[in-house]
Amino acid sequence: MNTRLRWRKVVSGFMLTMTGVCAVVAVSVLFFILGYLVYHGGKSISWNFFTKLPAPVGETGGGMSNAIVGSAKLLLLATVIGVPIGFFGAIYLAEFSQSTIAFVVRYAADLLNGVPSIVIGIFAYTLMVLPFKHFSTLAGGFALGLMMIPITLRSTEEFLLGVPRSLREGAMALGASRWKTIATVVVPAAYRGILTAVLLAFARVAGETAPLLFTALGNRFWSPGWNQPTASLPVMIYDYARAPYEDWHRQAWAGGLVLLGLILVINIVARAVLARGIAVPRS
Amino acid sequence: MHASVRPAVSVNITPTQTGPTARETAAALPMRMTISKVNFFYGPKQTLFDINLGIATNKITALIGPSGCGKSTLLRTLNRMHETVRNARLQGEIQLDGQNILAQDVTQLRRRVGMVFQRPNPFPKSIFDNVAYGLRINGSKDPIGESVEKSLRHAALWDEVKDHLHKSAYELSGGQQQRLCIARALAVEPEVLLLDEPCSALDPISTAKIEELLVQLKDLCTIVTVTHNMQQAARISDFTAFLLIGQMIEFSSTPLLFTTPGDPRTEAYITGRFG
Repeated sequence: MNTRLRWRKVVSGFMLTMTGVCAVVAVSVLFFILGYLVYHGGKSISWNFFTKLPAPVGETGGGMSNAIVGSAKLLLLATVIGVPIGFFGAIYLAEFSQSTIAFVVRYAADLLNGVPSIVIGIFAYTLMVLPFKHFSTLAGGFALGLMMIPITLRSTEEFLLGVPRSLREGAMALGASRWKTIATVVVPAAYRGILTAVLLAFARVAGETAPLLFTALGNRFWSPGWNQPTASLPVMIYDYARAPYEDWHRQAWAGGLVLLGLILVINIVARAVLARGIAVPRS
Repeated sequence: MHASVRPAVSVNITPTQTGPTARETAAALPMRMTISKVNFFYGPKQTLFDINLGIATNKITALIGPSGCGKSTLLRTLNRMHETVRNARLQGEIQLDGQNILAQDVTQLRRRVGMVFQRPNPFPKSIFDNVAYGLRINGSKDPIGESVEKSLRHAALWDEVKDHLHKSAYELSGGQQQRLCIARALAVEPEVLLLDEPCSALDPISTAKIEELLVQLKDLCTIVTVTHNMQQAARISDFTAFLLIGQMIEFSSTPLLFTTPGDPRTEAYITGRFG
């Protein structure tokens, strides 16, 4: 009896240590990457990085101002394309569709979510680059937007379905139509979750490189308008990191840090917005 | 036997036999709503059988019966909330002020027939916005602030919340939330107020407050309440209908039903032998 109890305590202690170690490892990977990035990126980042164009090959210095603006334009376009489609599609799925249609759409969205980003790139290339015979911001934003649709759709749907039925009934019992109920009660009750989902989708595509290689291509200069090849941070990082110049490697690190900072800032702003509304308590 | 009585009380009593309420046969009273020959189905399953019932104006009518007897279903047909459930089907006729509600615009109907649910379900909005919700979606032209105050006073909640109308409704206690939901329903000035076990999630003190409130609200609108609590029905209602497995067993004035039930099943239920 006594040995049995001791054995159980040993096992319990071992498992507790194991789970603790795994939790620490999971977190420390993130902090290691962050620390490494801040260390290398921080050394190379300077005001010039934000304001100057890339320096000609062979010269040191210069910056990635065009890539920062290019990434911002691409992400804006992706959000404008991906979020409304995902959002309204989710409303249809969660509120109106019959179970068979919902199943098919859900399944398709999950598959689309699993399509490798390079395949999305090729698809956008055939659709948006080949017919026009040139690479463009438009094509890049389109490719990233496609990737945002399934993430936004599936998570928005989950959050809409999570809104208690009693709230919908409460609104309808006051004479609200189906649409009014959705617009004034269901979506406001779910908006924190929806915004979080949109942010996740945004952060996911912000770092995508593969779809941009075929669509936005890259550019060492400013890309006016939406119809020309544009530089972007991920592609710039990719190009600079594999180049044989020490200075370019440093700039790639700085690019990584800026990309991360961009996502972090947007995240913090959105959380601040979220903190103001009234949340439905979990019951 | 089921005494499908419309409108009400067919039990033989001489007028002097019981108190004044019992003598008030519903036949003599104006009817706000009448339910005629209502059958109700969920898919192939019938859950209400040939229900006939009159809802007297400015009175409280209680629907009692064991779980699953169809009392909530019957209540939900009165503002057509049953239509939010797939495969639900209703036969028969329900009239509000002499007009068939099934032929009306449902949003208009629900404005006139308000509903309070089993669990308090305030919206994730401020106290003020909760009460104002019905007014706003119906495009009310009255000054909303006044209507909100009036409704909160009617729901006996004003004194407790007047200093923090812009706080979240979820900061209120359960009983306060339920009174907020009553205020929200009253704000659009319904002719009929339906309550689906409004106190079942509340403590005794909150329950007492709501019961008191309902009795006061009689002057303002007609009330139909579902309850599994027989004492509650006896305390507050003027008329009581007893339902059992989808059938209406008995309907009469409340004192009469609880003192001299006309059906052995009613007697068995109110004396606590089942249910």
